[in-house]
Amino acid sequence: MNMQSDSITEQAKEDAPKGISSFLKHWVFTTNHKDIGTLYLCLSFMMFFVGGAMALVLRAELFIPGLQLVSPNFYNVLVTMHGLIMLLTVIMPVAVGLANWQIPMMIGAPDMALPRLNNMSFWILVFAILLLGSTIFMDGGGPNFGWTMYVPLSTSFGPPSTDFLIFSVHMLGISSILGSINIIATIINMRAPGMTWMKLPMFVWTWLVTAFLLLTIMPVLAGAVTMMLADRNFGTSFFNSAGGGDPLLFQHLFWFFGHPEVYVLILPAFGVISQVIPTFSRKKLFGYNRMVVATLSIAFLSLTVWAHHMFTSGLPLAAEIYFMYATMLIAIPTGIKIFNWLATMYRGSITFETPMLFAVGFIVMFTFGGFTGIMMSIAPSDFQYQDSYFIVGHFHYVLVPGAVFAYMAGIYYWLPKWCGRMYSETLGQWHFWLMVIATNLTFFPMHFLGLAGMPRRIPDYALQFTNFNMIVTVGAFIFGFSQLIFLYNVVRTIKRGSRTTAQVWDGAEGLEWTLSSPPPHHSFQTPPDIK
Amino acid sequence: MNVQPKKHTSNNQYFVPQPSVWPISLCASIILFFIGAANWLHYHWFGPYLLYLGLLCILGAMCAWFTNVIRENKASNYNTQVGYSFRWGMIWFIFSEVLFFASFFGALFYTRAFSVPELSGAIRPLTHILLWPDFTGGWPLLHNPDNRQFLGANSVGNIWRIPALNTLLLLSSGVTLTIAHWGLCLKRRAVLICGLFFTILLGATFLGCQASEYYAAYQQHGLTLNAGSYGSLFFLLTGFHGAHVTIGSTMLIVMLIRSIQGDFSPENHFAFSATAWYWHFVDVVWLMLFIFFYWI
Repeated sequence: MNMQSDSITEQAKEDAPKGISSFLKHWVFTTNHKDIGTLYLCLSFMMFFVGGAMALVLRAELFIPGLQLVSPNFYNVLVTMHGLIMLLTVIMPVAVGLANWQIPMMIGAPDMALPRLNNMSFWILVFAILLLGSTIFMDGGGPNFGWTMYVPLSTSFGPPSTDFLIFSVHMLGISSILGSINIIATIINMRAPGMTWMKLPMFVWTWLVTAFLLLTIMPVLAGAVTMMLADRNFGTSFFNSAGGGDPLLFQHLFWFFGHPEVYVLILPAFGVISQVIPTFSRKKLFGYNRMVVATLSIAFLSLTVWAHHMFTSGLPLAAEIYFMYATMLIAIPTGIKIFNWLATMYRGSITFETPMLFAVGFIVMFTFGGFTGIMMSIAPSDFQYQDSYFIVGHFHYVLVPGAVFAYMAGIYYWLPKWCGRMYSETLGQWHFWLMVIATNLTFFPMHFLGLAGMPRRIPDYALQFTNFNMIVTVGAFIFGFSQLIFLYNVVRTIKRGSRTTAQVWDGAEGLEWTLSSPPPHHSFQTPPDIK
Repeated sequence: MNVQPKKHTSNNQYFVPQPSVWPISLCASIILFFIGAANWLHYHWFGPYLLYLGLLCILGAMCAWFTNVIRENKASNYNTQVGYSFRWGMIWFIFSEVLFFASFFGALFYTRAFSVPELSGAIRPLTHILLWPDFTGGWPLLHNPDNRQFLGANSVGNIWRIPALNTLLLLSSGVTLTIAHWGLCLKRRAVLICGLFFTILLGATFLGCQASEYYAAYQQHGLTLNAGSYGSLFFLLTGFHGAHVTIGSTMLIVMLIRSIQGDFSPENHFAFSATAWYWHFVDVVWLMLFIFFYWI
C-alpha cells in the first residue's frame, strides 16, 4: 500500500504542469477522463453561480410588487437564460463530470473508450456557452421567450439574437450526443473482464440509460430548432398555420425532447443516491435487480408522456386521457426506487456524514416534488396549475432538492477519493442545513402562490402575494450565499484537507475504492480481476 | 469484491491516446462556422466569409485528426478493444442521426395527420370555421390557408420520373458498395476500386438529379420554401437527405483514395465499414422519404 502511494506521488510530480505548454497539454488538449471530469465540474460550478446570480436578480425584482430593478423584457431574458443555463450548462455538465471521473474507475477501465472525443464534447460545450451568453448583449436583447422557446414567441416575435441561441442549442446538442456516444461505448466495451451487466454499479447503469435517452432526444431538439430557424429566416411554415403548419407541432417536438430531458437530469442523480445510501447504511443496495429494471422502465416511459406539458393546448380528449395515465404510471418505477432506498437504510448501521445527509434530504424532498408531479398529471387539475407559480414550485423541488442535492452528495462522497484529502465535515453540515432551510423557504411558498393564482414569468404581481414572495426571496438569497461555504470547503479540501486512505468510507464498496486516493492518472492500466 | 491487478502482458495492455490539439481545433472551427451562419442570416458582410472559413477549418481539423488516427493504427498501436470502441461509436452516432431524421418525419406525419385536417375542419369544426373557412386541405397541399402570405405550388412533379430514378440510383449504389466490400474482403483491389468509383458516381448523379428536381420545383411548379407546409417539408426532408448524401460521398471519396493507396486489408478496414454503414443509412432514409413523402 505504502509503496503504491509513493509511486503515485512520484507519478503525480511527473505529471505536474510545468510552463504553458504542459498547462495546455494538461487542461486544453487533455484526453484524460479525470482532467476532463474536473473541467466539467469546474465549468458546471461556475455556471451554477452565473445562473444563480440571475435567479437572485429575478427574486430581488419580485421582493415587492411593482417594477424596481429590471425592465419586463430583461426580466424575461433572465428567466430564459436562468432556465437554459441551469438545465443545460449546470446540471448536465455536473452529471457528465461525475460520469467522467467515476465510470472508468467503477468498471475497471483505464479511461473512456474515445478519449479525444471526450475532450471535444467538453470544449464544444464551452464554446456553446459563450455563444449562449453573448446573446444577452446583442441588439434587441437576448432571447425572452422562456427556455421552452415556444413558437410564435420565438419565430414571429423573437429578437434577432434567437438565431444565435438556435446555433448555441445545436452545439450543446453536439456536445451531449458525442458525450453520450462515448459513455455508451465505454460502458459496453471497456468493462473489466468479469464485470458483467448485473454487477455494474447503479451509477453506471443509470448513466448508460441516460446516455441512451440523450441520444434519442437531442437530435429531435436539433431538428425542432432547425425548423424554427427555417421559419424565422427562410419563409417556411412548419409552425405557421397560415401555411398549413401548426405551432403545436413545435410543442410536441420540444416536449418529446423536454420531458425525457428532466429524466436525463435526475437519473444520474438516482445513481449517485444508490451509491451513497448503501455506503452509509453499511448494507448492500436493496433490490438491485429491481432498481435496474425500474431505471429502464422510467427511461422508456419518459419517452411516451411528453404531452402532459400540453394539457391546456387543446389536445383531443383521448390524447389527454392517454398522457394522463401514462404519466401516472411513471410513479410506479420511481416509487420502487424510493422504497428500495428506504429498505436499504432499514436496520442498517447508519451514520450521517455530509453525503448521507444530502442523500436523505434528497429522498424526502424529491418525493415531495414527485407528489406535486402526480397532482399535475391529473389533466383536469392541471388546467388550474398550468402556467402558475405552482409549476415553478414543482420543478424546482425535483431539480434543486432532487438533482442538486444528489450531485452535492456525489461530490462530497467522491471528493476525498479524487484529491486524497478529506473535506471539512463541520462546513459540510453547515452547507447541508443551510441548503435544506433555504430550499424549503424558497420553493415551498411557491406552491401557495401558484394555487392562489400568481402566474409564472411575470415581473410584477398583485399586492396579496407580497408576504410569500418576500419569504421566497429571503430563502433564495440564503440559498445562493450558502454555496460560498461549499466553494470554500472544496478549495480548502484540495489545498490542505487531511489525508485519507484508499477506502475513505468504511462501508464503501466498488472498484473505485480499490485504487489509491488520489487515483493514478489512468485508472486501471491493466484490467483488474473481478470475482 | 475481491480485486487483484493482473500482471502486465502485451495483449491486455490498454491503449490511451496522448493529449491532442485536434478536438479543440474542431470545436473552434464549428463555432466559427455557426457564428458565420448566424451573421450571414443577419446580412453582416463578414458572415459568409466566416462560414466558409469555418467550413475549411472543420475539414482541416477533421483531416488532421483522422490522419493522426490512421497513423496510430498503422503503427499497430490499436488492439481489438479500440476497434470495438470505434465501431460502437459509429453505431450510436448513426442512431442519433436516425432520430434527427425521425424529428423531420414526425413533422411530416403530424402535418398530414393533424395540422392540415384540423385546419380544414376534418377533425373538429371550430378552428376551421373561425380561422380560414375557405380552406379545403388535401395533400399535397397546393392551396394554403392564407394563400396571400404563403402562395401554394401550382403543381407537383411526377414521382415516377426523377424521384423514382433517384431511388433506383441510390439502391444500386448500395449494391455497388457491397460489391466493393466483397472485393476488399477477397483481396481483389480492382473490384474494390471500381465498386467504390461507381458508388460515388451514382451518388453524384443522385445529387445532380436532386438539383434538377429543385430547379423544376422553383421554375415549373412554383414549389418554393414559401409554398406552405408542403414546400417546407419537401425542402427540409430532401435537403437534409441531400446534405447527408454529400457527406457520405465525401467519405466515399476519401475511402477511394485510401483504397488506391492500399490502406485497407480484409481484417483492418474500419473506416470503410463505417462509411458503408453510413451510406446504407442514407439509403434507407431515402427509401422512407420516397415512400412516405412522394408515394403515399
